[in-house]
Amino acid sequence: MPVIWIVTFLLVLSIAGYVAGRARAFQSASGDVRQMHSLPGYYGYNVALTSLVPALLVLAVWLLVQPMLIESRVAGMLPAEVIPEGSNQSLVMSDVRRVAEGLDIAIERGVMTEESASSIRTEFTDVRGRLGEVGVALGSDVRPEVLRAAQAYRSMSSKGSLAMTIVVGLLAIGGLALAFSRTNKDFRARNVVERGVMALLILAACIAILTTIGIVLSMLFETMNFFRLHSWTDFFFGSTWAPNFRGDSDLSILPLLWGTLYISFIALLVAVPIGLFAAIYLSEYASNAVRSVAKPLLEILAGIPTIVYGLFALLTVGPALMKVFGQGGMAGVGWMSGATSVLTAGLVMGIMLIPFVSSLSDDIINSVPQAMRDGSLGLGATQSETVRQVVMPAALPGIVGAILLAASRAIGETMIVVMGAGAVAKFSVNPLESMTTITTRIVSQLTGDTDFASPETLVAFALGLTLFVLTLGLNILALYIVRKYREQYE
Amino acid sequence: MNQMTALEKDVDTNEIKINASNVQVFYGESHAIKDVNVQIEDKTVTAFIGPSGCGKSTFLRCLNRMNDTIDICRVEGEILLDGENIYDKKVDPVQLRAKVGMVFQKPNPFPKSIYDNVAYGPRIHGLAKNKADLDEIVERALRRGAIWNEVKDRLHAPGTGLSGGQQQRLCIARAVATEPEVLLMDEPCSALDPIATAQVEELIDELKQNYSVVIVTHSMQQAARVSQKTAFFHLGNLVEFGETGQIFTNPVDPRTESYITGRIG
Repeated sequence: MPVIWIVTFLLVLSIAGYVAGRARAFQSASGDVRQMHSLPGYYGYNVALTSLVPALLVLAVWLLVQPMLIESRVAGMLPAEVIPEGSNQSLVMSDVRRVAEGLDIAIERGVMTEESASSIRTEFTDVRGRLGEVGVALGSDVRPEVLRAAQAYRSMSSKGSLAMTIVVGLLAIGGLALAFSRTNKDFRARNVVERGVMALLILAACIAILTTIGIVLSMLFETMNFFRLHSWTDFFFGSTWAPNFRGDSDLSILPLLWGTLYISFIALLVAVPIGLFAAIYLSEYASNAVRSVAKPLLEILAGIPTIVYGLFALLTVGPALMKVFGQGGMAGVGWMSGATSVLTAGLVMGIMLIPFVSSLSDDIINSVPQAMRDGSLGLGATQSETVRQVVMPAALPGIVGAILLAASRAIGETMIVVMGAGAVAKFSVNPLESMTTITTRIVSQLTGDTDFASPETLVAFALGLTLFVLTLGLNILALYIVRKYREQYE
Repeated sequence: MNQMTALEKDVDTNEIKINASNVQVFYGESHAIKDVNVQIEDKTVTAFIGPSGCGKSTFLRCLNRMNDTIDICRVEGEILLDGENIYDKKVDPVQLRAKVGMVFQKPNPFPKSIYDNVAYGPRIHGLAKNKADLDEIVERALRRGAIWNEVKDRLHAPGTGLSGGQQQRLCIARAVATEPEVLLMDEPCSALDPIATAQVEELIDELKQNYSVVIVTHSMQQAARVSQKTAFFHLGNLVEFGETGQIFTNPVDPRTESYITGRIG
């Protein structure tokens, strides 16, 4: 039975459970709501949730686990000589899956019967040709072992699905029966439902946390693979980034880290003063009319996709800088040799971060109590003295936090640097030269035809993990600063 | 006219510091203060009493133009400080507020040290020539705020770490440190316990020797204890203004009597 039908069945069952549970509770209280422990709806929800939730959870887990189990069983059936030279087991397994899918389609179209699909042999039938007729093109002739594996795969899948349908169905009906039989006017349905809802909320939180842990772990394992193939001293302390797919690459993070930090620094140099001053103007000086127009306009900047900023860097800012600093440019210095440079990417990234800094700072400045401003103004301070000496010190921890958050966004930003910063990994202090960052190198190492066993590809995970540690460190530092100053001020 | 003659008698004792005539205040469409005339004398405590929402705080905030910070607020009429209209275009509200200090309902120390809180006003107005001078100003202000003995050993601890009553006295010391000529107090004791209230009241009594003090209060006992003049506000009108003793013992207007005896408000 397809999953959609199982889910529909569960939903219908739980709705029926709701109606039945509610009715039974009413009946046991002879229709008087005041004799019931909980509101009537809770009895209904209790029955509906008890039937629905465990069944759905089992369904989800089953759908995740079954393919893994079958895959490993089928893979075990394949003899070693089936795997051709230069290939590996996972490629053969994908052939197996493709043949199995082809057989399914053939049955659906009526080209084969269920029986013939599970009994055909390559020795007697041109399986490739038959499957080709129904639109499933195979790269090579189907070998007997592969076909047999595919048939086993199909039969295990269908057995598994049948078992799943039965188990899930029984679980749902059993849950419904149990909850229904416990329903009477004294049953504490509200407490049970609320505990159930709390469990669902905990589950949601756990999924979020576990996903994070999973991502970190997967990066960690790939990184360990990388360090098995490449020396960690070169990665952390080397000075050259020169990947090539012949092997013997120099893969050092330092030039990339330098580019990343340099570009982020320029971005913050642009974003922090402009964003902060804009926030001060908007929260302290602007009239309501100005504020209601200016604030949304500023926040439009935050809604622009970063790829558009990348275009802006590539097509507008870069050429404009070239006109000033390039060969024969207005400044007459000829320092810049191409439109992509640290300054190009830094400026555009700074523009991207302005609304981020300004809207966070604006919220923080607004949360400084009006009593502080009144106290200062009441002593004869001017508005600017009030802002500088009372409002800003009170808002400072929050603003530092906002700036650090902006910094971690700058470090992790990808599209603008891919398009605006260039691809040359080097140490240089000249902001008009093109440089590259950690994120752009991850993109370039993983795009195109990749082989996940070479250090040139695996280095992307090591770079990603470093980036993650870096931004995590910044966020923790931001939290620490905010907490420390908060203790002092409140 | 009767009121005018009564006021002329007061002029003999103390000179008039603030003379407000025909003051109207509007918040957008609503008319919050209607045609108020008050003379506030130098070296005197004047109390504003009245039920909540009667406009006494609004009127108090007119006296140092704190209402300027509220966009929709509009003030009409004339308020003379030493004969000069404070709503005149050439008057800078910043300079005015240096002369007319204010203490607020809730203690609002800045998130700075106790010392920096008190030194804030003298610093921005350049009252101290050097560090020693500033130290002296801070100490004098804290002594006059009756809080010196409690904080002299921790001048560099944050002002926000003090108790509510201490914070309010710190705010008073902070206001006194800029040497204002008039001190406005907006329900300064409403967040304080009886002991702290007694300390603040004692302080007000001392401040009277140098300043003109205007205090808004909900406590009639407090008004009777600390003030020499009392003004009763009701629904945006100044109902009655006169000697505190006379207001509390022999009010002219029936509304004043009702309020004092607890029938309205």
